[in-house]
Amino acid sequence: MRRVLAHAGLTAGALIMLYPLLWMITASLRPNTEIFRHPGLIPEHPTLANYALGWSSTGTSFGIYLMNSLIICAAVVIGNLLTCSLTAYAFARLTFVGRKTLFALMLATIMLPGHVTLIAQYSIFRKLNWIDTFWPMIVPSFLATDAFFVFLMVQFIRSIPVELDDAARIDGCGAWGIYRRIILPLLSPALVTTAIFSFIWTWNNFFSQLIYLSTRTRLTVPVALRGFLDATGSSEWGALFAMSVVTLVPVVVVFVVFQRRILAGMAHTGLK
Amino acid sequence: MIGRLRQSVPAYLFLLPWFVGIVGLTIGPMLLSLYYSFTDYALLNTPEWTGLHNYTALFQDSRYLQSLKVTFIYVGVSVPLEMAFALAVAVLLNRGLKGLAVYRALYYVPSLLGGSVAIALLWQQIFGSDGLLNDVLGLFGIHGRGWISEPGTALWTLILLRVWQFGAPMVIFLAGLRQIPDEVLEAAEVDGAGRWQRFWRVTLPLLSPVVFFNLVLQIIGAFQAFTPAFVISGGKGGPSDSTLFYTLYLYQQAFGNFRMGYAAAMAWVLLLIIAVFTGLNFVLGRTWVFYGDEGVRR
Repeated sequence: MRRVLAHAGLTAGALIMLYPLLWMITASLRPNTEIFRHPGLIPEHPTLANYALGWSSTGTSFGIYLMNSLIICAAVVIGNLLTCSLTAYAFARLTFVGRKTLFALMLATIMLPGHVTLIAQYSIFRKLNWIDTFWPMIVPSFLATDAFFVFLMVQFIRSIPVELDDAARIDGCGAWGIYRRIILPLLSPALVTTAIFSFIWTWNNFFSQLIYLSTRTRLTVPVALRGFLDATGSSEWGALFAMSVVTLVPVVVVFVVFQRRILAGMAHTGLK
Repeated sequence: MIGRLRQSVPAYLFLLPWFVGIVGLTIGPMLLSLYYSFTDYALLNTPEWTGLHNYTALFQDSRYLQSLKVTFIYVGVSVPLEMAFALAVAVLLNRGLKGLAVYRALYYVPSLLGGSVAIALLWQQIFGSDGLLNDVLGLFGIHGRGWISEPGTALWTLILLRVWQFGAPMVIFLAGLRQIPDEVLEAAEVDGAGRWQRFWRVTLPLLSPVVFFNLVLQIIGAFQAFTPAFVISGGKGGPSDSTLFYTLYLYQQAFGNFRMGYAAAMAWVLLLIIAVFTGLNFVLGRTWVFYGDEGVRR
């Protein structure tokens, strides 16, 4: 009996929490006149017209925004995988002068609020003529600036037996060989976690895309979506919800496919 | 020394990208921001030294003080609520119920999507005067109001949006709860401890490092919230500045008015506020966080 009650409570709770999302999906399938005053979930006149309308109504195809977001995400994922793993390997395995100090410095940057570098970064990127380009989003990831991932990988590398390094060294591997042949392959669970979170965060990262991008054809999904009602000059809520659903799909797909790893990664590191 | 430096060369090569990043994109810009905060700088002019003027001006700026107030209310209300929900549901889920993985995934979905512009826009509809909430309330004969258009309630919709995302800390709590050995709880039961006693006297103290970790993380995150307030208020922080988050006001000053020096001063004050809160957490944490090596407190 207690169990049944617990299940009933948990299911009801989940339903209430997810109701807005479900409602948005069904609202995207309703004609505009039917969205308001219909709190239920079943559209009376289901239609895909909102999707067709939303796709083109900002004057630029939504496909362009999706492509822009995808390009930035792909670049950030590659940058993070490459440079965070190089950095983590050095901190976890190599001995060098200043190691403790530099490691503490790296840890300190994890909690640093981005606003304290924002203004100066903006003026630097402006001098480099990078405003309204993708570079301000991409370049930092190739300089291992996301210390959270470095830390995640350092922790992981420390759990790899050092004997493997020693064996490789005896076989003639240098630092690069050990990184390339021993550490990288064994690090793959942490690399997958990094790739997933880099993708999701970058996909949803509104702030920097908002301040750096302005030309309509260079906009990314969040920025385009936020200007949607202004751009269409009307209250096309159906089309807006349709495109909202489109922007959420990639994240949901990644979540469904990698659910186990995402939740395990969260549990270990407190990533969100 | 020279020999040790020479031995360090391979490591430095590995660290080269990170080093360029931390100097060029973190420490450099931090110091530059600090310099800007003492100047009058509008992006197109050369910064002009004004000493502490930006900082003193901040505390005479009523909109700035309003943004502080809004942000403190937001952090102070949403974080404890979010944590309480996360802990309650995690404890409920940890009783060996079937379908744990499904519930965990479902409750996590809002955290996954909640920071996006799409959800902020959805929130704007739901809590609008013709929105979903009022439609549902209408079914019960209740005439709702414009939750987002009225200054008395707008901030609460944003607080609710954050609490709605309790799934992320919940997942961390669940992992923590699994680390608590069954024997400890069984021993307490044998000793006659009831359900509540076991929770307050055994589970919670053993879980306290995880509670602490979540608390620090959530507070730091909540202080920097931006997207929902920006999207829902159309970038203005209204109505009547009731949703003027700290970061939103910073954005307005920097990229609306191009008062870069002023915004840089705001950023440094924010850093100080977050540092103080994190430090305070660590100091207070000593009184209630139990790391398992000092004997259970009474």
